[in-house]
Amino acid sequence: MDKYITTPITEAVTAELKSGDYVYLNGTIYVARDAAHKRMTEALDRGEELPIEIKDATIYYMGPSPAREGRAIGSAGPTTASRMDKYAPRLLDLGEKAMIGKGKRTKEVIDAMKRNKAVYFAAVGGAGALLSKCIVKSETVCYEDLGAEAILKLEVENFPVIVVIDRDGNNLYETAIKEYRTL
Amino acid sequence: MIRTIDITVITETIRDMCIEANHYLSEDMKQAIQTALDSEKSELGKKILNQLQENLKIADNETIPICQDTGMAVVFMEIGQDVHFEGGNLEEAVNEGVRQGYTEGYLRKSVVNDPILRENTKDNTPAVIHYSIVPGAQVKITFAPKGFGSENMSRIFMLKPADGIEGVKEAILTAVSDAGPNACPPMVVGVGIGGDFEKAAIMAKQALTRELNKRSSIPYVRDLEEEMLAKINGLGIGPGGLGGTCTALGVNINTYPTHIAGLPVAVNICCHVNRHTVRTL
Repeated sequence: MDKYITTPITEAVTAELKSGDYVYLNGTIYVARDAAHKRMTEALDRGEELPIEIKDATIYYMGPSPAREGRAIGSAGPTTASRMDKYAPRLLDLGEKAMIGKGKRTKEVIDAMKRNKAVYFAAVGGAGALLSKCIVKSETVCYEDLGAEAILKLEVENFPVIVVIDRDGNNLYETAIKEYRTL
Repeated sequence: MIRTIDITVITETIRDMCIEANHYLSEDMKQAIQTALDSEKSELGKKILNQLQENLKIADNETIPICQDTGMAVVFMEIGQDVHFEGGNLEEAVNEGVRQGYTEGYLRKSVVNDPILRENTKDNTPAVIHYSIVPGAQVKITFAPKGFGSENMSRIFMLKPADGIEGVKEAILTAVSDAGPNACPPMVVGVGIGGDFEKAAIMAKQALTRELNKRSSIPYVRDLEEEMLAKINGLGIGPGGLGGTCTALGVNINTYPTHIAGLPVAVNICCHVNRHTVRTL
């Protein structure tokens, strides 16, 4: 079922999202991948504040290619989410409500999603040129020295994602495969 | 007769190939995606394959890289034994081409200087370069930037001779099955069978650069390629890993003699953005 939602993604929003829903996202989302997650975790370990407002935040696991002049961003498709699995439960416990990536998640992440009523979206991997067209604004928030791994704040318009794992833990990667498996 | 090639020609060629490979897929890849779309049974799968086609058009028309992971630069150089390079160091010339291509082409710099210390080199160097010396006076360059979503799901299996062809089939299916949605399906599967540990891996990577409409010339290998493609598509993983009948666009297998005690099998997985471009100087 197609749905249009606007950030921030609150508990009231995730209550309406079911595994398999096709969703068009609008509003503000953050971008962070491996090195940024590592730094955010280290900041928390030192008792410091996170550089982003984490409550009801959506984090897109992505590292764009450089923008050409006059464009908001370069190619901007999702990266493999499992590399963030080590860090995600802690951010979910602090209020992160949605993650966008591609690929499987661990049981620890799914448990943290259920505990905190959060969702996991997949964007289409390898469609970075297409997805870049749905990003109208991009600004660097911090960790600029990380290059393609800096934390960004994006404004997105009708950014297409699919609910893979909903807040009850239903997982499209597991259910859909069974439907088409003939081997 | 010795042929002299100025090293700057290598740099310029590599620079152009970096930019070309990251914006345009080869015709065989485009055709394979269309064939997948024609046969896909899942509606969501079709929708994703349509998006992939749209993505290729946008990349081409607007000069945006097909995928943001513009890869680690993998270069195969077949150098004729009658060629002499002048004007500098060959390896530096290749890396200078990568540096220029990734900077001038607005491509992502995805390489860190050390696997543990992990400081970005900021120009995507160094490349991974495979040299081979061949007869003649030409230089054939294959440039194949490799993204790591799929690279991370690649595997090597040191099977026993007794495992035979059934063991090989099981190894390929295990690698693809474990890769699932992480490797951005529909995938292209490159397989190297035989040789030793590193030869199998290099053959698997090289197999990814073979056109998808060209089957192996060895009858049993050709049959294995076709059988494995059908079996992989029966796994149900589908486009984006969200279920469907198209999980792979092709399976290319290369083989080499091996030791009496061994049966190495390397499975190098690539996503649907299987980029490679070839130039002969």
